[in-house]
Amino acid sequence: MVESKQQWKAWLYLSPAIVLLLVFTVWPIINTVRMAFLENYSGLKAAGGMVFEFGIGNFEKVIGYRRFVNCLKNTVLLCIWTVPVSTILALLIAVALNSIKPLQKVLQTIFFLPYVTNSIAIGMVFAAMFNIVGSFYGTENEIIVTAGIINNVIQFFGGEPINWINYGSTYTANMFVMVVYIVWNALPFKILVLLGGLQSINKQYYDAAKVDSTPRRRIFTKITVPLLSPMLAYVVITGFIGGFKEYTSIVGIFGEKMGPPDDAGRLNTMVGFIYDALSTNSQGRASAAALILFGIILVVTMINMQVSKKRVHY
Amino acid sequence: MKIVLQNLTKIFPSRNKKANDEVIAVNNFDFEIPDGKLIGLLGPSGCGKSTTLYMISGLQKPTSGRIFFGDDDVTEVSTENRGIGLVFQNYALYPHLTVKQNILFPLQNLKGEDKMPKDKMLERAHEAARLVQIEELMERKPSELSGGQQQRVAIARALVKMPRVLLLDEPLSNLDARLRLQTREEIRRIQKETGITTVFVTHDQEEAMSISDMIVVMKTGIVQQIGAPQDVYDSPANLFVAKFLGTPPINVFEGVVKGEKLYIGESAVLDVKGAADQEVMVGVRPEGFVLDAKGALECKLSNVEVMGRDVSIVSTHPHSANPMIRSIIDADNKVDVNVGTVRFTLKAHKTFIFNKETEERIYFEVK
Repeated sequence: MVESKQQWKAWLYLSPAIVLLLVFTVWPIINTVRMAFLENYSGLKAAGGMVFEFGIGNFEKVIGYRRFVNCLKNTVLLCIWTVPVSTILALLIAVALNSIKPLQKVLQTIFFLPYVTNSIAIGMVFAAMFNIVGSFYGTENEIIVTAGIINNVIQFFGGEPINWINYGSTYTANMFVMVVYIVWNALPFKILVLLGGLQSINKQYYDAAKVDSTPRRRIFTKITVPLLSPMLAYVVITGFIGGFKEYTSIVGIFGEKMGPPDDAGRLNTMVGFIYDALSTNSQGRASAAALILFGIILVVTMINMQVSKKRVHY
Repeated sequence: MKIVLQNLTKIFPSRNKKANDEVIAVNNFDFEIPDGKLIGLLGPSGCGKSTTLYMISGLQKPTSGRIFFGDDDVTEVSTENRGIGLVFQNYALYPHLTVKQNILFPLQNLKGEDKMPKDKMLERAHEAARLVQIEELMERKPSELSGGQQQRVAIARALVKMPRVLLLDEPLSNLDARLRLQTREEIRRIQKETGITTVFVTHDQEEAMSISDMIVVMKTGIVQQIGAPQDVYDSPANLFVAKFLGTPPINVFEGVVKGEKLYIGESAVLDVKGAADQEVMVGVRPEGFVLDAKGALECKLSNVEVMGRDVSIVSTHPHSANPMIRSIIDADNKVDVNVGTVRFTLKAHKTFIFNKETEERIYFEVK
């Protein structure tokens, strides 16, 4: 321990960080909780000198909104689909990358490119890929001249073009595009983490498995996956947290309408709901929604940790 | 199962294409390992002993030469199909599996006719565990075991599938001195009980000498000598082997052979009938010295270490290649540290002479 006379020095050195944290992290968190439990709280009204009563009215209101239930449903669905799919794909790609020698570095770079690309830009490219070129925004009798690249491929193989994201598209088609986009966007980071994990596994385990004539599939399930389990747990937990915070990807593809032209807000998410509430100056409801989101992430992460305690070795 | 190595060579290509620095790890290794014997590959680090072992295992491919198990040419056979057991230097136990699961692992891989029911597998696993005396540790994870226990688990895992050949890579290097002594005897016992042809690699000559049926001494990829441990010790083929075997190590002098007499300095210390006149290196085992007041070899006494059973005399000589000469004599001989000089005669069968250039042994008649 540092002598008590010296302690003020330590505090002095820590103070810039502590002050910044207090102002920009700790106080906002406390304030969020406060605002969530003040009835009908609004920044404007507060500025006007209004006094608010404590209560859980914000929560009741938020849960009562059909929009909120829709946002919650979208968020949960996206998590349930994208996290397992992206984790499994990333695992397979990482194992494949790890087992090849030539071009490994090149491919590694290519797989990592999406990570350094702006997600709105990627979203616009995806929107173009799934688009139906020649369709007119907002008109009922659209003329389909030619389709986006995905529909071109479908037509090339003799299929019917699908209306993915345009006027009159179905919810399933919209969600499919979102899942593909989010998975693609999430892959680089996961591949990077898992590849790092794979490369740190002692090669001797594989030599030992070879000596014991272990089939490839069994090496994968009985050696690679268990030895990679800490990394897998990490990727899944951060994946769920990121999934519940999904917002920019929807904006990237559907724009600020958060849905196809004829159904704005159809694909809105929890974070989107919070932003909407903020933009209408309802800080109370935004705070309540944020706390609900926090609660959900907390519970899901705790479940994840509990599961990984049993499944993760060492 | 005998193992035949035919002109086995392993060359590691140079990493830098410009610099021609390829490494010949194993050079033209020719050897037939008899069935059911325990063979020690011995040499300093970098001598190619581990590379040889890994070529037998199939984890490394020889650059040229052939490997036979019995009459089967296995040179092109992959590790998976060689039917070997291998104990790695760091054991390579699967850290996420219990001891039992580790031992069962190779059995669960068996296919076709070899496939066995679960209770049979368990029985075999317990049998292997009993052999290495770790039955009470079956439910533990490797991280909960001591080094010696881990090593025994690794041996059990290698033995459980009844391999044709058992290979051990520096199996004792991670153990403390006492455990090392105990485990090497156990390896010997297990090998005797199972009768599996076993090859093990070590840099510790004492370890190799104590349990091997035969030892192979290697240096920079080239086999120096092959033989029973005692024979190699008693009759080293060259100065390297003589120096490598034995604790305390052999004493080396510069000497001259003239008229079938061996001179160290001015004094003729030994009759060497049959050796031609030349400059030589003389190796004398510590037990090759006899205290003798009329002895020809006069050394300056620097210290006497009493070790109970015998006495170790440390002395110096101007023609000694090492700073100190260490001789071991019976404790019955009383040596006064203050006398200043000691005189020895040499035992002919404990004294070896080597060509000064080639360091090859020069044989002479021992009466």
